[in-house]
Amino acid sequence: MNVPALTSSGGCRTAPVLKERGQREVFCGLTGIIWLHRKMQDAFFLVVGSRTCAHLLQSAAGVMIFAEPRFGTAILEEADLAGLADAHTELDREVDRLLSRRPDIRQLFLVGSCPSEVIKLDLHRAAERLTVKHAPHVRVLNYSGSGIETTFTQGEDACLACMVPVLPETQARELLVVGALPDVVEDQMLTLLAAMGIGPVRLLPAHRVDETTAVGPNTVFALTQPFLGDTHAALQNRGARHISAPFPFGEEGTTAWLAAIAAEFGVDKATFAAATDAPRARARKAIAQASEHLSGKSVFFFPDSQLEIPLARFLTRECGMTAIEVGSPYIHDALHGPDLDLLPAGPQISEGQDVEKQLDRVRAARPDLTVCGLGLANPLEAEGLTTKWAIELVFTPVHFYEQAGDLAGLFSRPIRRRSVLKLEAAE
Amino acid sequence: MKLTVWTYEGPPHVGAMRVATAMKGLHYVLHAPQGDTYADLLFTMIERRNHRPPVTYTTFQARDLGSDTATLFKDAARDAVARFKPQAIIVGASCTAELIQDDPGGLAEALGLDIPVIPLDLPSYQRKENFGADETFYQIVKTLAKDQPKTPRISCNLLGATALGFRHRDDVEELTGLLADLGINVNVCAPLGATPADIARLPAAHFNVLMYPETGEQAARWLEKTYGQPFTKVVPIGVGATRDFIAEIGEITKKDLLIDESRLRLPWWTRSVDSTYLTGKRVFIFGDGTHVAAHARIARDEMGFEVVGIGCYNREMARPVRALAKEFGLEALITDDYLAVEEAIETLAPEMILGTQMERHIGKRLGIPCAVISAPVHVQDFPARYSPQMGFEGANVIFDTLIHPLVMGLEEHLLTMFREDFEFHDAAGASHHGGHAPKPVATEAVEDSAPVEVVEATGTDVMVWLADAEKELKKIPFFVRGKARRNTETYAASKGLQQISKDTLYEAKAHYAR
Ligand code: SF4
Repeated sequence: MNVPALTSSGGCRTAPVLKERGQREVFCGLTGIIWLHRKMQDAFFLVVGSRTCAHLLQSAAGVMIFAEPRFGTAILEEADLAGLADAHTELDREVDRLLSRRPDIRQLFLVGSCPSEVIKLDLHRAAERLTVKHAPHVRVLNYSGSGIETTFTQGEDACLACMVPVLPETQARELLVVGALPDVVEDQMLTLLAAMGIGPVRLLPAHRVDETTAVGPNTVFALTQPFLGDTHAALQNRGARHISAPFPFGEEGTTAWLAAIAAEFGVDKATFAAATDAPRARARKAIAQASEHLSGKSVFFFPDSQLEIPLARFLTRECGMTAIEVGSPYIHDALHGPDLDLLPAGPQISEGQDVEKQLDRVRAARPDLTVCGLGLANPLEAEGLTTKWAIELVFTPVHFYEQAGDLAGLFSRPIRRRSVLKLEAAE
Repeated sequence: MKLTVWTYEGPPHVGAMRVATAMKGLHYVLHAPQGDTYADLLFTMIERRNHRPPVTYTTFQARDLGSDTATLFKDAARDAVARFKPQAIIVGASCTAELIQDDPGGLAEALGLDIPVIPLDLPSYQRKENFGADETFYQIVKTLAKDQPKTPRISCNLLGATALGFRHRDDVEELTGLLADLGINVNVCAPLGATPADIARLPAAHFNVLMYPETGEQAARWLEKTYGQPFTKVVPIGVGATRDFIAEIGEITKKDLLIDESRLRLPWWTRSVDSTYLTGKRVFIFGDGTHVAAHARIARDEMGFEVVGIGCYNREMARPVRALAKEFGLEALITDDYLAVEEAIETLAPEMILGTQMERHIGKRLGIPCAVISAPVHVQDFPARYSPQMGFEGANVIFDTLIHPLVMGLEEHLLTMFREDFEFHDAAGASHHGGHAPKPVATEAVEDSAPVEVVEATGTDVMVWLADAEKELKKIPFFVRGKARRNTETYAASKGLQQISKDTLYEAKAHYAR
């Protein structure tokens, strides 16, 4: 199987990392609810927090998903802060009300926030109490999406990690694929794995609570997202083994990811080729078209979703870009190592953030494309930089072969747009 | 604890950000966790500002909590002052920092900065965004305003315009022009566009124009008390209100003011015959208190609508809005729970909603046209074009805004005439809204889809629609069907009927004919 070769110049795995601690310009983990609640169709996410938390969810969602969404915020009020006992009573009452109104809900996540953590409202205890009360119809779990504990995509990690201890035990040798993917992408992945004769494949998160995801000592798991560090640890605690691989972005990443699984399950070369050759060729063609405007250009990543390292690998190796700085909120060697190995040496790898200093660096470097959060994109555009806002990368289907061209397109569109607009005043 | 899905207002520190972002030369040091930086996107994405809000967040993390979040705050404040060189800073806490009680005001004071430090005390667990803006602006004015002689020519300040305000940018421009026509200079407009040095000059004006009571009233009252500057009470949104506003300024300045109304088009547009169809359209009005009050008057006196519901989400305005509703023979809906608003709209089945972006969504769901008249609004309500709400041009803009979502006069007749036509069928909606036609399913909420007859519980009575009546009802165009159903049921109930037949429908129609 043709596993991508390490770059001759050496990768970035051992490159010195610029570690920064200062003002961060990132979302908190609550944001993950916006895509998780679409994925888990019988789950409700109840944030126990403040008006700020509710406002964040509403603003980050961009447009309001009307009808009643399957998330909400139980806003703490003065009285809840005064007495924790009362806060628990209040929470029970809100949950009772919610569950009686929404009989379709089978799993309820109590999501901790900064305020609930600072006042030490024990949501784990609350979840246990409420599980007993509402069993067997509803399972109640808890995790923290707070900004003092989690950065943006870490919310999904915390959510999946809290589900691992309650997954049923299995002795079967099964593949578990971990990470919330859009349905269309998930189906493509399952088709590819099935074509290699790998199955049954279990998914975390599953669409519904009573689907058959289980874990045990013979489980091997693959991650589809680079931000699932805690889930990785939780699965290892259950005896499962991680199939280490680059992440399935782009043709090369997808092939490497599938090849690692194929090797684990002893899939022969011919079968692998039969399953992947056609989509690989399509992906290459699509990338070639979409990356016409990317080739030879430079890119600078602000830390946001932990997707930065795998995406930098994709843009540099498959789209012909050079990376100037690749910032990630956290770097986790077991997860990011394989992508760092492939990322050609050269860029500054940075972890954490001091946003003002990073802005100084980006202004000095003047990259052709800056990947950053929503708060920074327009101000940087106004300074003449071309930007791609990073949140779209977690809201859009970008994994695996058939989306590889779209992924390159997400980056090339801002550059192309800048070249098509003719707005300068006549001289 | 209260379960909330969508909110009309953010937390109070977002109000403070609206003031800071509106101003120049002011910086806000906010003790807050990293996730709270989401608020930047309200300004950079929704309002499309091309600068970051002047806010430094301390972004403390869990590991800092045990040790020293106070030092973190002091470092952030010192760095921000060194980097941005503001003329003054405001300092405060978000909801989480309020709980750890670091006292940002005291900490910043202790730094011995050579610029004014204005501490904000915004109770996050009690108050909301508008309060935060109002209080912040008041504290800034109180700290920075300096006693000084009045300007030689008559001048006023414009108070209350902020960042992320609904059409504030254009209202300021429109009023500045209107006042210039009256021979009055604008001394300072604040917070929008003002520097701390400008705030110091506020007392030089002869009076204040309070544009938005929500965000400027405390400052206006304080300036009145401290510097004897009267402030205007009429908010000039609509034709009548603009004329009253000019009269009020005449009283304040003791001058006979003459204004050229040649740019004002609303009166003729609303009197011209095509507008006849607007008569008696039943509208529901919801938003912030100021805009709701202005639009209630416009709806009744300038558009000829029938106002069937009035309410606001900001409790600070509950009293005036209740009084206003009473004047309209209604009971005001004061709530920040959008589900309660949706329920009220569903019950009243208005023909049109004047509301915020929340009501726009409600309208979409119920198949009722909606015009946006108040914050909160989304990115499409920050138009590139000049589009004020205040003054004469504001009135023109509002006329267009209010008729845009409706089916036009002539078209309304055609729809009725060609009911069975495949292109004109009423589910197609207004012809000028290609992509946004209300879907037939949208009316499901109003229309029970039971096959032959619809059973509805009205109080203790059970009302049955007979098949022929139900069929007849379907022939009535969608934009008046809700009203026809309601009227018929009310009529049937008043007659003690339990069954509605085709005859009942037409008897009710005759009864309510106007
Ligand atoms: S950072 Fe904390 S307080 Fe702010 S929205 Fe996130 S969880 Fe809520």
